[in-house]
Amino acid sequence: MRQPIRVLLAKVGLDGHDRGVKVVARTLRDAGMDVIYSGLHRTPEEVVSAAIQEDVDVLGVSLLSGVQLTVFPKIFKLLADKGINDLIIVAGGVMPDEDVVELKKMGVSEVLLQDTPPDAIVKTLTRLVAERGPR
Amino acid sequence: MNKTMDQASVDRIRAEELDWENNEVAQFVKKQAERKPAFFTLGDIPVKRTYTAADLSDTPAEDVGLPGRYPFTRGPYPTMYRSRHWTMRQIAGFGTGEDTNKRFKYLIEQGQTGISTDFDMPTLMGYDSDHAMSEGEVGREGVAIDTLADMEALLDGIDLEKISVSLTINPTAWILLAMYIVLAEKRGYDLNKLSGTVQADILKEYMAQKEFIYPVEPSVRLVRDCITHCAKTMKRYNPINISGYHISEAGSSPLHEAAFTLANLIVYVKEVLKTGMDVDTFAPRLAFFFVCQADFFEEVAKFRALRRCYAKIMKERFGAKNPESMRLRFHCQTAAATLTKPQFMVNVVRTSMQALAAVLGGCQSLHTNGYDEAFAIPTEDAMRMALRTQQVIAEETNVTQVIDPLGGSYFVESLTTEYEKRIFEILDDIDARGGTLKLIEEGWFQRQIADFAYETALRKQSGEKPVIGVNRFVDGTPDPKIHTHPYDKSTADRQIARTRRVRAAQDPALMSRLLDRLKAVAADKNENIMPVTIELVRAGATMGDIVEALKTIWGTYRETPVF
Repeated sequence: MRQPIRVLLAKVGLDGHDRGVKVVARTLRDAGMDVIYSGLHRTPEEVVSAAIQEDVDVLGVSLLSGVQLTVFPKIFKLLADKGINDLIIVAGGVMPDEDVVELKKMGVSEVLLQDTPPDAIVKTLTRLVAERGPR
Repeated sequence: MNKTMDQASVDRIRAEELDWENNEVAQFVKKQAERKPAFFTLGDIPVKRTYTAADLSDTPAEDVGLPGRYPFTRGPYPTMYRSRHWTMRQIAGFGTGEDTNKRFKYLIEQGQTGISTDFDMPTLMGYDSDHAMSEGEVGREGVAIDTLADMEALLDGIDLEKISVSLTINPTAWILLAMYIVLAEKRGYDLNKLSGTVQADILKEYMAQKEFIYPVEPSVRLVRDCITHCAKTMKRYNPINISGYHISEAGSSPLHEAAFTLANLIVYVKEVLKTGMDVDTFAPRLAFFFVCQADFFEEVAKFRALRRCYAKIMKERFGAKNPESMRLRFHCQTAAATLTKPQFMVNVVRTSMQALAAVLGGCQSLHTNGYDEAFAIPTEDAMRMALRTQQVIAEETNVTQVIDPLGGSYFVESLTTEYEKRIFEILDDIDARGGTLKLIEEGWFQRQIADFAYETALRKQSGEKPVIGVNRFVDGTPDPKIHTHPYDKSTADRQIARTRRVRAAQDPALMSRLLDRLKAVAADKNENIMPVTIELVRAGATMGDIVEALKTIWGTYRETPVF
């Protein structure tokens, strides 16, 4: 039997907007994925070590506070320091288009902005895990 | 209205309506079916094909009443916009105090009549700008305030006796209020003449917006202290803005927004009454803040029902005698979560519709969102357009000439009464389940909000909830390039430099004495935290000094998330 896709969804920083991340959590859970939600106000360190400990396929970080260009470089540095290169990183939230470009350059696989339909989120994650191949 | 209508008239109208359904409607529908088998408001309340005088039969005439008279359904004041338009209060905040001060002055120049302040995340959450948790967030989503010096820069050159200032802040509200008080004293203002508002509504934070520091009980006590302190020393100041806005934006239905906000009101009133203060001493200054969503008539009915419910709660449940304790006054903001990135200029139209509903619903003050807020915090240009939207409604449409112009509409009156009934049912349910505080700890409100948010996402996906440019009329042509608000990378350095200067100038002995007193006051629920906080601010304490000291007494709050 194929293992369900494992996802850690996280809120990093001081941002409390959790409407989107909770909709995504429920969407992915209803689609049969194993979903862990970090809760609010986490640091990049906490999120990265939780992702490793929980052995997830995807780390999704939701931000509506504009700090994406501070948070994601930290996450990538922590992953590099630990020698992790097969974790799929996805961003979600409200941000300007030019930041989306920056995040993709940095290694974020997809940026799921507001109003992304739930089915599209499921499809995107399923595709990303399939493209990565078995670990 | 319909107390005067006898049962025979009601029966006659209903019989005619039935006859119409069976003839004109039935024949027409045979030729062309209606677009949907049933119609609902955005908040899922079923609506009929049309409404008649018979639909008013369960609304007593005195419940509709007149503006400025109990139960205030038609408005808190007898003349409303015939005397003075609502306060046009665009929220602003970014960078340092100086940066936001410039935006304030620009908006005042453009005809804005009130000020509203957005703070950055560290300020909202009680971290100084040089704290590790503040990295990247200083001055980004709002203005950074650590000390009195920042507040002085923020309000430099603004006459606080002429323009009212709203401070949109919650877990650290009492510290900002203290800064405002010290600044006003330094400038020689009469505190009893200052109008303005501090949001200080912590309960909706646990439910929806999720900005909190301490556990629920001491946090509610801080709110209580703001209310009682202001009731004694700042007679015209609103020490709280009990807010449904964030509950709605977190995903709730409009009905839950209304009911949960009143549930929070009840907690605060009970807390203040426990101090022995008479309800009529503080209730006249309780203020509210609601969203205006897209369902036009539902929103108007919601505002009217809220006024009626509030009046009844204050009079019947809490025994208020002064009519001013029973009239609900509210600030309104259009719904930010309805803004879209694709075809972003359509946001101007959405916002205008929502703003018109807010005005027809009788708001006292209004913020209209910028067309670019699905990208970032708004630019000056977007804020000018938003302000102009309000000015067009106020000056060009004449909707301000007649008070509560939708009053007496069969539909709006019927929906108002339906809202009232459902709000009281929810409040009874909350009481039966053990009360608001218990249900917050259990995640009950949070779950209901998340349920409706999820439902909304599914309805947008299926197209059942149309969103122009997103699931309807999607246009292949690219939108024009948008210039979003830039973040000035020098903000954190400029801000931290001032905070460190202020900290270096502190008298260590005085600070340690005052912080010890703060902790002693915090440990004694019967004391009020405001006086010692005011002294600390005056002595140059940073927000972080105060917040961290209290963490040693009260601990912190971490929610168990539900989804």
